Amino acid sequence: MCLGIPGQIVGIVDEDRQMAMAEVSGVRREVSVVCVADGPLETLIGTWVLIHVGFAMSRIDEDEAARTLEALRELGEAQEALEAMAAGAAALEGRA
Amino acid sequence: MRYVEEFRDPQAAKSLLSRIAATADAIGATRAKPVHIMEICGGHTHAIFRYGLDRLIHEGVEFIHGPGCPVCVLPRSRVDECVLLAERSEVIFTTFGDAMRVPGTRKSLIQAKAEGADVRMVYSPLDALELARRNPDREVVFFGLGFETTTPSTALTIRQAAREGLGNFTVFCNHITVPPPIRVLLEDPHMMLDGFVGPGHVSMVIGTHPYDFIARDYGKPIVVAGFEPLDLLQSVLMVLEQIRDGRAEVENQYARVVPEHGNPVSLAAIADVYEPRPSFEWRGLGEIDASGLRIRDAYRAFDAEVKFAIGYGAGPRAVAEPEGCACGQVMTGRIKPVACPQFGLGCTPEMPLGALMVSSEGACAAYYQYGGARAASQVQEPAE
Amino acid sequence: MNAPTRPRMRDTRITLAHGGGGKAMRELIETVFTSAFEPASMEDQARLTDAALAQPGARLAFTTDSFVVDPVEFPGGDIGTLAVCGTVNDLAVGGARPLWLSAAFIIEEGTEIALLERLVASMKAEARAAGVRIVTGDTKVVGRGCADKVFITTAGIGVIPPGRDLRADAIRPGDVVLVNGLLGDHGTAILTARGDMALSADIRSDCQGLGHLMEAVLAAAPGVRAARDATRGGIASALNEMAEAAGVAVELDETALPLRAEVRGMCEILGLDPLYLANEGTLVLFVPEDQAAAALSAMRATPAGREAVAIGHAHAGIAGRVTLRSAFGGARIVDMLVGEQLPRIC
Repeated sequence: MCLGIPGQIVGIVDEDRQMAMAEVSGVRREVSVVCVADGPLETLIGTWVLIHVGFAMSRIDEDEAARTLEALRELGEAQEALEAMAAGAAALEGRA
Repeated sequence: MRYVEEFRDPQAAKSLLSRIAATADAIGATRAKPVHIMEICGGHTHAIFRYGLDRLIHEGVEFIHGPGCPVCVLPRSRVDECVLLAERSEVIFTTFGDAMRVPGTRKSLIQAKAEGADVRMVYSPLDALELARRNPDREVVFFGLGFETTTPSTALTIRQAAREGLGNFTVFCNHITVPPPIRVLLEDPHMMLDGFVGPGHVSMVIGTHPYDFIARDYGKPIVVAGFEPLDLLQSVLMVLEQIRDGRAEVENQYARVVPEHGNPVSLAAIADVYEPRPSFEWRGLGEIDASGLRIRDAYRAFDAEVKFAIGYGAGPRAVAEPEGCACGQVMTGRIKPVACPQFGLGCTPEMPLGALMVSSEGACAAYYQYGGARAASQVQEPAE
Repeated sequence: MNAPTRPRMRDTRITLAHGGGGKAMRELIETVFTSAFEPASMEDQARLTDAALAQPGARLAFTTDSFVVDPVEFPGGDIGTLAVCGTVNDLAVGGARPLWLSAAFIIEEGTEIALLERLVASMKAEARAAGVRIVTGDTKVVGRGCADKVFITTAGIGVIPPGRDLRADAIRPGDVVLVNGLLGDHGTAILTARGDMALSADIRSDCQGLGHLMEAVLAAAPGVRAARDATRGGIASALNEMAEAAGVAVELDETALPLRAEVRGMCEILGLDPLYLANEGTLVLFVPEDQAAAALSAMRATPAGREAVAIGHAHAGIAGRVTLRSAFGGARIVDMLVGEQLPRIC
């Protein structure tokens, strides 16, 4: 349900109707920024938003994204360490 | 693609899968006695199959595909009403592509189009509004379909139409809400769910608190999840860890997009334009109280139900499912798609019998498209 | 072509009179069509001779295709380019050297004559590039609304040199699957040009002739088993047909698929699968493993094959089954497309 895709606001189309130009991987589309605007629309330029059916529905929180990726990275390292230990234990068993 | 590629990293997926396996082992989940996790959202169902996650994940974790596919749960009577609207000569009927092939009792929108109805696919309700501006002598009806993610877009479009005083634009409102059917599923005595993966894009609108009852009243974990493979895997891990630790909480894996309290502008627009219907029919689940929305009186000029006299409940209700169709049981998780007697035989994506075979996020279509066809032939061969 | 003083049409738009068999029709045919094609004085019946036909063991290849596209002009080509490339490519992927084409036009009343002239110029340029001659043709005019501007049908004749035998049932497990370029450009360009979804992207159709590329590949890798022009339905449909005919399974490597950023973007926005997007100058080739490298470098040396790459292989799995292996090991089935691929929001 609800296909949404991150895009970056690259221009303002119509301040009055709160329409901006968003870009997703080289594809451009006018989107409504009513849901994410607070203040003059220029401040949105460069912002990443989640786009659904022609509306920017949410601003993407860069810090939260980084935190999630960091957690994933740590988890990966911990898992590698665990696996190395398991491999070590198996090798020991094999020798015994 | 930023915020997409990073969450598709194969190495991280491997680590997550190992950690999931270790956690599943720790709680004693096995193929014979699996942990049942429902992904509520059809977008998650689609992603699970697109990336083959169901085959990669520990065999003690079983996905139950939830009712979060708006075209799958749309009753056939409403599709029939769409077709009737589309067949009116003054109407340009606009819709998302998703609804085009959903079978009604008589025909689908794509068939109505072939027979001469002016049906047009649009990407956004704003595009339907633009059609109304450009065609002042025609009635442009937009098929308002979807959960809380999509509801703000039609609400804001109606408000824009009101501001411009457009007299030839209406919305045929079929918006529905996520929490009520979850409660129905949890009340079902046959239901054996151990936890939920929550719908990320619905939650960016409504926030995470509408799910509090799942943890508080029913003691089930729920993790609101993003749509990339790492998002899904991490969320499954978080559900398993809650089960392992004996916790039942609402957690948010998708914090980069989902604020705790949702989006205030969207919520205000929904509240301004829509109100709950006393009840709404869900295909496979029946009537559910306060689960659907209708347009408030203040915006009745933009309500296709009013303008074209299609009161909800005016026509014959609860059109029976086609014979042999087990969509209802599949949707409630009681049976797997391949266990439906019609799966892959009387019901295929070419000739869908039930809605779950139509939408690419319907559980049956996903099974069929992404590898279930083989499973089906294995299941059904002995019976033949 | 020796017509420096080319006559101009008096009308600017097609009327039913241009299909009526009288003077207006004659004027249309002579000024717009035959003067552009070769020979300049085109007759109803072409009489063909070519040394290639006389070679013992040579075979004739004969194919036809109809072209309808909205819009008729788009970034990277137009319906005229398509009509020549499509038929040339059908011949080429069968191992034939394309020689002659016919072209039949169904024209909607009201169509601008300047548009027809542009389309004919495209056809002429494309035919020249492909080394084929358009030797016979026909025009019909239908009333407004009975066609969408112009429909073109081309038929093509080519010669398959002795000893060449490309066929899908020759494909063997272990063969490597190659493509000559980026996938889905045509489908994306048309979607963008049509404007229904109000999306814009700087992307051009891949519309191009593949005859020279096929000759280069066959010279470098004579063991090529089979080739298919991956047009409507994308490479997914072409591969399904080939796998089924060969009775083999095909596995694609998702990370190897050559996709432009804009095509990925369009697919993410509209929920489309690039494997099903149309191409107009893209082919899939099955090559024995030991000739794959030679085939690739031969392709890359031609203008139509600069982005050539291996994307998968045939194996002895379930006959006719095409799968896509994702970066982290999951696999999914890539089935034939059911109906048209529709944009979705769910």
